[in-house]
Amino acid sequence: MPSAIVNEYFRTNKLPQIWCPGCGHGIITRAITVAIDKLGFDRDKICVVSGIGCSSRATGYLDFDTLHTTHGRALAFATGVKLANPEMKVIVITGDGDASAIGGNHFIHACRRNIGITTIVFNNNIYGMTGGQYSPTTPKFDKGTTAPYGNIDKAFDIPTLAAAAGATYVGRSTAYHTNLLISLIENGLKNDGFSLIEAVSSCPTYYGRKNKKGSAVDMLEWQKDHAVNISAASKMTPEALEGKFLIGEFKNSPEPEYTSEYQKIIDRFIKE
Amino acid sequence: MNSNETVTEKLTINENWCKGCGICVKFCPKKVLGLEHDKVKIVDIDKCIQCGQCELRCPDYAIYVRGK
Ligand SMILES: Cc1ncc(C[n+]2csc(CCOP(=O)(O)OP(=O)(O)O)c2C)c(N)n1
Ligand code: SF4
Ligand code: SF4
Ligand code: SF4
Ligand SMILES: [Mg+2]
Repeated sequence: MPSAIVNEYFRTNKLPQIWCPGCGHGIITRAITVAIDKLGFDRDKICVVSGIGCSSRATGYLDFDTLHTTHGRALAFATGVKLANPEMKVIVITGDGDASAIGGNHFIHACRRNIGITTIVFNNNIYGMTGGQYSPTTPKFDKGTTAPYGNIDKAFDIPTLAAAAGATYVGRSTAYHTNLLISLIENGLKNDGFSLIEAVSSCPTYYGRKNKKGSAVDMLEWQKDHAVNISAASKMTPEALEGKFLIGEFKNSPEPEYTSEYQKIIDRFIKE
Repeated sequence: MNSNETVTEKLTINENWCKGCGICVKFCPKKVLGLEHDKVKIVDIDKCIQCGQCELRCPDYAIYVRGK
């Protein structure tokens, strides 16, 4: 018998999952169910939508209404689900490639609309599913199968991108910092508008191996040692922050949500 | 369901789901766990404080704290 959480929210007949040993995606997927459980939402009013990638496989294991869509298009499908069912809580699970490469345009416009979707980007800095091609979040000079001598592109900072594009709740945590991740997802789900949570994941098989990051355990230790909570960062010197990255809640500034603005227009004509 | 369980008063382990990644072993604050033949195993259950760190980070849902 699996744990109560897994028994309640997972399609246990589909387990064990297909992810590689120690892949961060499994940790993040469970964290999402814990956040939902804490909020006590009606499970029949939740829809989880994903694109394509190792990360996007998560919907196959989750026991909600789920949609496993096409590469980069999770937010387009999710927009349709939300517009047709504004009362539903819509969650998007996507990868760094899915969200910020092929799906980059859907991403910035979903942020701009402030549509009520909570998007969780499983960022492992690589295209895991297709064998380790570099993605828009692969750090500069790191390697991928398509960048054997090092990637010369500058990486996107997904939370900064989302905040600038208009997302009203933005945060980042890691697979290692699981409890923080759970609380960010909870807060993101409480926001009526568009919420973006970057979950720093780990791909020991491709990103890890290509960049000599060690084992799955080493990669989580790296997250532990290099993440700095934004509340602590303000008291730190630039030297102390060198090589570190921020986690925590970056933005929480609610604005009118897209489907409710849309409803206002419908109501105007019903009255006339 | 695919299940080969070790059930103790404090923890349940499903060996069939465990992929031997070692994450629970590394981050257990009390060194309760170890690996044997690429599967998790309990080394010293008396030290377990049921903090749930293993369950929180097991990517395969193969270990969890009982009665919580
Ligand atoms: C239209 C289209 N282009 C390309 C692909 C091939 N493809 C599948 S998954 C993927 C990248 C996945 O990377 P990411 O979203 O970061 O997910 P990860 O596997 O790393 O979790 C690509 C390029 C596809 N399935 N469909
Ligand atoms: S290839 Fe990478 S991202 Fe995909 S399951 Fe394996 S470790 Fe995870
Ligand atoms: S519950 Fe805590 S002390 Fe017990 S095995 Fe898990 S991590 Fe170790
Ligand atoms: S974290 Fe899970 S899969 Fe990894 S060794 Fe421990 S029980 Fe096995
Ligand atoms: Mg990826």
